[in-house]
Amino acid sequence: MPVEPLNRLQMAWRAAQDIGDGLVVNLGLGMPVHVADYLRPEVDVFIQSENGVIGAGPLASPEVVDTDLVDAGSRRITLRPGAAIVDSAWSFAMIRGGHIDVTILGAFEVAANGDLANWDMRLPDKGPLVGGAMDLAACAREVQVIMEHTTRKGAPRLLEACTLPLTAVRCVRRVYTDLAVIDIGPAGMVVREMQEGMSEVDLRQRTGAPLTFAPDCRVLVAPPIALPG
Amino acid sequence: MPIDKRAGSPTEALADVPDGATVLITGFGGAGFPNVLIRALRDRGAKGLTLVVNSATHRYSLTHELIEAGLVRKVICTAARGRGNEPSPFERLWMEGRIELECVPQGTFTERIRAGGAGIPAFYTPVGAGTELARGKEVRSFEGRDHVLEPAIKGDLALVRADTADRYGNLAFRYTQLNFAPVMAMAARTTVAEVRALLDEPMAHDRVQLPGAFVDRVIAVGG
Repeated sequence: MPVEPLNRLQMAWRAAQDIGDGLVVNLGLGMPVHVADYLRPEVDVFIQSENGVIGAGPLASPEVVDTDLVDAGSRRITLRPGAAIVDSAWSFAMIRGGHIDVTILGAFEVAANGDLANWDMRLPDKGPLVGGAMDLAACAREVQVIMEHTTRKGAPRLLEACTLPLTAVRCVRRVYTDLAVIDIGPAGMVVREMQEGMSEVDLRQRTGAPLTFAPDCRVLVAPPIALPG
Repeated sequence: MPIDKRAGSPTEALADVPDGATVLITGFGGAGFPNVLIRALRDRGAKGLTLVVNSATHRYSLTHELIEAGLVRKVICTAARGRGNEPSPFERLWMEGRIELECVPQGTFTERIRAGGAGIPAFYTPVGAGTELARGKEVRSFEGRDHVLEPAIKGDLALVRADTADRYGNLAFRYTQLNFAPVMAMAARTTVAEVRALLDEPMAHDRVQLPGAFVDRVIAVGG
């Protein structure tokens, strides 16, 4: 059996290694926002947040915190050099108009055709929350997902067809899980990287859609990163 | 007569809000909530309101006070989920069927309001196509892709939070306070802004982020 699956921060680290220089990137709430902490040092990117920030910087320390400077997740942030702030209509024109190079989103389920379900788990007693998820998933130039390969109960999240309400159809191009890196294209799901010690059978057992293994499929590696507290 | 949009008090600024009004309220992510005006609207007590607001339940917004006071008939928003395990006041009323909800993707939400203020009655967007939020809506293919017809949103009243204003109603904002203010101010028949401070002199033209032509009343509330 394989070594420990990647933890949440290691998954963010792995996704961050693929972010190219000079891009405009939008990072979803949850695991994806941590991607910003692990970008390669030679990479210079602008992080867009749906509330109108183009060039979000690190979280604000207590000395510089300003309650009027927040990201779409209500986190108090700083601005990077060269940042700008626009209004909501302009921010979403930027998203819808294809000016976001990459968005990395969390997900509940991803289907073999790239369908994404990440906005409504149909929780009892809770209202819906769609936010900017549909705009980003439908319109960013490249949509990637970070999510655990299976649910806590072990059910696969990569499926032939999503069971939860869709966020957008045929949009996801790459999925980073705690076990593998998987591309989605016309041929369905193609495994690019898989954890050391794991067999193709092991991964297929945890996946609800057919998998093809790339001829140059590599070992999924990440440095040790401790989860806080 | 020289233009002067400075109102005497929040109460005075909202004295003519009728029952059944559609009210657009700014604020996103913790910045730009016009909480003094929201509380004055609650005290005004107009009933049967339709709220157009990004979140029905944001923890930094006082929108929930309007909902708890039973003044709201319908909410058009992008987020209606409270943070805790217990249902929020909105969620409770919604589950009891006592408040109507229209949940809209955020870019569609802001563009519908923009269209309302820009003389566009409806538009097609690819966002939401193939999802349950497009159910019952007209779908048409452009450039080989399905698009959903979305109607404009107009309001009777917009409540806006800004940093500074001058007597002409010109507004400047701090950081991410800006969010929905420009589109909401244009889409509403009457726009009232609460600001940290009123300027004695006219605002420099290159500082104006929302021209006073779209703002009817301003009130300084500090903060």
